[in-house]
Amino acid sequence: MIPVLPPGVRLHWDAVRGSHVLLAPERVLMLDEVGHAILSRVDGATPVDVLVSGLAADFAAPVEEVGPDVTEFLTGLALERLVDLHA
Amino acid sequence: MPDGSRPVPPPIAMLAELTHRCPLSCPYCSNPVDLARREAELTAGQWADVFGQAAALGVLQVHLSGGEPASRRDLEEIVAAAREAGLYANLITSGVGLTPERIAALVAAGMDHVQLSVQGTRAETADRVGGYRGGFARKMAVAEAIAAAGVALTLNAVMHRHNLDELPEIFDLAERLGARRVEVACVQFQGWALENRAVLQPTRDQVEKAKRLVAEARAARQGRLVIDFVPPDYYADLPKACMGGWGSTGLNVAPDGTVLPCHAAQTIPGMVFANVREVPLAEIWYRGPAFAAFRGTDWMPEPCRSCDRREVDFGGCRCQALAVLGDASAPDPVCRRTPGRARLDQLLANEGNAPGLEAARWRRIGG
Repeated sequence: MIPVLPPGVRLHWDAVRGSHVLLAPERVLMLDEVGHAILSRVDGATPVDVLVSGLAADFAAPVEEVGPDVTEFLTGLALERLVDLHA
Repeated sequence: MPDGSRPVPPPIAMLAELTHRCPLSCPYCSNPVDLARREAELTAGQWADVFGQAAALGVLQVHLSGGEPASRRDLEEIVAAAREAGLYANLITSGVGLTPERIAALVAAGMDHVQLSVQGTRAETADRVGGYRGGFARKMAVAEAIAAAGVALTLNAVMHRHNLDELPEIFDLAERLGARRVEVACVQFQGWALENRAVLQPTRDQVEKAKRLVAEARAARQGRLVIDFVPPDYYADLPKACMGGWGSTGLNVAPDGTVLPCHAAQTIPGMVFANVREVPLAEIWYRGPAFAAFRGTDWMPEPCRSCDRREVDFGGCRCQALAVLGDASAPDPVCRRTPGRARLDQLLANEGNAPGLEAARWRRIGG
């Protein structure tokens, strides 16, 4: 499964609030450190499992813990059409 | 308890009304009844300055609207300026005036998203409501061009008594056009719509059915189509937080540079609005009297002041209180906890024998 940011959805650094945000049609999502770490790895080519192992290494956390969290996060965004999940 | 000491947050969104000009003449247009003329409009260079100030203030998204923004020949330059300032550029358009060539130029300028309005799903009624023959066919062609250009599309439909029964077809149309989102907003009775309220007010049966259809469509189309539904105010029991709370999240800039807390604020008598040609945007947002007037909870009368929902709906819509009760600082008459509700119920009862669409007053400049 390969996550993709669809047209009209992009990451942005909000310098006024000092926060990474996801800008989307009529939506602004303030991202925490983990949310930003996940979405900044979404490049339309990297599969979820590769993304998970990269995050696990960076955050020194077990893949078994990171995997379900990442899947839940991306699936939630996909239901709102803020991320596309390609087979 | 009201708290006037809380700091004012920066705004997130700005509605930029680039022009009041529009080839359509919908009888529910949200523009003021007294429309600004072309000579009064800010130039693209002035808009670029406003965008820079807005971004520095904390605005993240600019909604480029009108009138019809494509009526401006320099729209491409304005979109480029919005992106240059670091803003998310959302175009709110009827589609009339856009061609595949212009769409390509807008994409090249950095346009992030298009919100395309339709007046219905049936050409005959949609064109009648818009007062523009052939408009529906033009919109369908524009939607195809937007899809071909790979731009994110939201379909927007304003609903009222004469098209609310087309709701399921709106969802089908949105998916067929490749929209990822659809906004179905029942007419808000401000501006031209207020003049046509009796003609446009849906019936209670229509509203109940629409709510059911929306719930079903959300379940059936989950993950394909995001559905935003704005039910009609008059049939609700509790008010909405207009603008997410006055002067808390967004601001509007009118075609001539007047800065407003909401698009209908100019109907409120005695209120003074600064112009971005003369006063910096940050000064207007943080210290302008119009923004301070109904911000937070200090201005509230009872029963809002001691209500547990005072920071949920912030007393509702000021312009609606004015339109229905003649007093902008009264609680929103939608609220069942307030005495003003009786007046709203009386209006609804009187609108039971409503006139047909032919009785509507279509919008026009100098009308």
